[in-house]
Amino acid sequence: MSATKRGWTLSMTALTALALTACAPTPAPGGGSDAVATTITELDYYADEQGSAAWQKILDACSKQTGITIERQTVPTAQMLPKVLQGASSKTLPHLLFTDNPTLQQVAATGALTPLTDYGIATDGYYESIIKAGTYQDKVYGLAPGVNGLALMYNKDLLTAAGVQPPTTWDELKAAATKLSGSGKYGLAFSALPSEEGTWQFLPFFWSNGADLAQLDSAKSAEALKYVTDLVNSGAASKSVVNWSQNDVADQFVAGNAAMMVNGSWNLARLDAEKALKYGVVPIPVPKAGGKPTVALGGEVGAIPATGGGTQQAAGKVLSCILTEPTMVEWSKAHAYVPSKVDVAKKFGEQIPAMQAFIDEVGTARSRTAELGEKYPKVSAALAAALQSTLTGQQPAEQALAQAQQASGS
Amino acid sequence: MTLTATGVRAERPTTTRRRGGGYAGYAFLAPVLLYVVVFFGYPLVANLVMSAQDYTVRSFYTGEAPFVGFANYAAVLANPLFTTAVLNTVLFTVGSIAFQFGIGLALAVFFSGRFLGSATLRSLLLLPWLLPLVVSGAVWRWMFDQDHGVLNAVLRLVDAPVPWLTSTEWALPAVVITNIWIGIPFNLVVLHGGLKAIPPTLYEAAELDGASGWQRFRFVTWPLLRPVTGIVLMLGLVYTIKVFDVIMVVTGGGPANATQTLTTWSYALSFRDFAFGQGAAVGNLLILVATAFGLLYLRSLRATLAEAAS
Repeated sequence: MSATKRGWTLSMTALTALALTACAPTPAPGGGSDAVATTITELDYYADEQGSAAWQKILDACSKQTGITIERQTVPTAQMLPKVLQGASSKTLPHLLFTDNPTLQQVAATGALTPLTDYGIATDGYYESIIKAGTYQDKVYGLAPGVNGLALMYNKDLLTAAGVQPPTTWDELKAAATKLSGSGKYGLAFSALPSEEGTWQFLPFFWSNGADLAQLDSAKSAEALKYVTDLVNSGAASKSVVNWSQNDVADQFVAGNAAMMVNGSWNLARLDAEKALKYGVVPIPVPKAGGKPTVALGGEVGAIPATGGGTQQAAGKVLSCILTEPTMVEWSKAHAYVPSKVDVAKKFGEQIPAMQAFIDEVGTARSRTAELGEKYPKVSAALAAALQSTLTGQQPAEQALAQAQQASGS
Repeated sequence: MTLTATGVRAERPTTTRRRGGGYAGYAFLAPVLLYVVVFFGYPLVANLVMSAQDYTVRSFYTGEAPFVGFANYAAVLANPLFTTAVLNTVLFTVGSIAFQFGIGLALAVFFSGRFLGSATLRSLLLLPWLLPLVVSGAVWRWMFDQDHGVLNAVLRLVDAPVPWLTSTEWALPAVVITNIWIGIPFNLVVLHGGLKAIPPTLYEAAELDGASGWQRFRFVTWPLLRPVTGIVLMLGLVYTIKVFDVIMVVTGGGPANATQTLTTWSYALSFRDFAFGQGAAVGNLLILVATAFGLLYLRSLRATLAEAAS
């Protein structure tokens, strides 16, 4: 049934695409009606209750400040890119778009976005990595008010009971996770889904070990994959990691089934809501003592699609408001993000010590698309497939990675 | 009897149309034609066209998708996942249908006897059919959980927990089990209906002749149920080959593509890898297979109807 449904969606989008190919390309900024519009549409994927409410507050504040009414649409994360593509083909793109930063270059590559310099939005003071994530062919198309990254969260009670210190290196992590495992409980939980989510969770191990996305079959890469596989095979992490999303991982942690988890800062609000749970946060352990972890930079960037002069200018005003320092701090507080400007983040860390581990990591975080650009999704899919293949014992690490390198190169 | 009667009645409008000219007739036909063209013809053609194009993310905005002929089909066939997906589709379909039909038939025979509560039990057995597939899938996924699932809690009693959804060997059996559970009611209902149509006098006669229970099934029930059996199997085949939601919810095609069938792979190609042309190509292959079986079904249906009418 759903094969037909899929065919349907495709065909219906194709239908609109065909019907509209005759239309002239959308006017560049400044073209069309020049009067600034009073209403714009905005699309995001903050679909969870807490995140959605927090984002709504930001939009309301900026709506009040600019006098522009914002009609908000929210879709589940997985529906984001299909929705944008549909909008692109039917020329009904939202006026303001907040999308996951590794997808930005892909959207920009379609030609549907406008450079932020058109609206007088400067890039001074931002983390270098977030600017890179928003840049396509030397122009900045997207900027984020806040960014995030992965860290190691641990259950203080369980670690104290076992007499284990929060780990800082791979060896310590393995020893701690092994000690904390047993009788249906596991020391560590992480997500290894065959999707971007799985790649994103593996990258801190991959990059911190010095591996490179352009060379998936390197020795460093195999070493990282073997390390993660070993955690699962030795019983320090559940074999179910291949089916767990990051939300499932958080569920396991909250339920006390996992003593530690690899997860993002956006979970902190949820963990705080669990009164009985005492948790701590440390950076992701590194291969050797003294090293610095390299996590992938997360977070959503705001972009302005080419929809006509008036609405683009209005969207520009709203985005400028969202990127001001007070809004940045408010959003970061509400959703446990790290402000995307270096100075603001520093002050933020002094105010909220629980975020310090994340702020430290963002300093060395890497943009997933900086090096590979729009080729990244293909490489990411290949790497996630290798991860699954090795974790389930289908292929040894080297073989799986060699195949991934081949798949990502073609 | 009924069939011949409708046959006769159907002839009258034909003659009327001939007398009154064709325009009114075409006007009445127009809504159906329009419906078929817009909702079946166009998507089908568009999907065929897309499968011959290099349709990328960019194509959505620019509307430009270069024609590549059969390159998408070649890429799909050369992909190592193709064999996996075909093999999984075959195993999934055959495995599902064999057990759905077998258990459905056994239950139908069981419930054809009258006993206290048989009607209530039978309607309870329909529940899997009434539940939304996503709900059934989510519940099964939860039951299959390796560490906390109820299935392994029971299996642990005999010290044989199974890594249902985390091992590449067990994931396919797991989704097949789920799909069997979902498909049993359909087989049960249709076969039960077929059993009710067999005149009880035949069983009485057989019993008088000294036929055992098994012989009554083998020489009365089975041959007389044959037309219904054919339809159930054929419909089951067409329904099962395109199953998507169950697999998507229970395993998402994983782990390591162990449960990737042609439908889930087609989805993954289009909406995960954004290779829309290749996704469309796989979709078309699937349509081709389903059409072949659909035609077979229509042929067997025609034969059955002819048999029933004579």
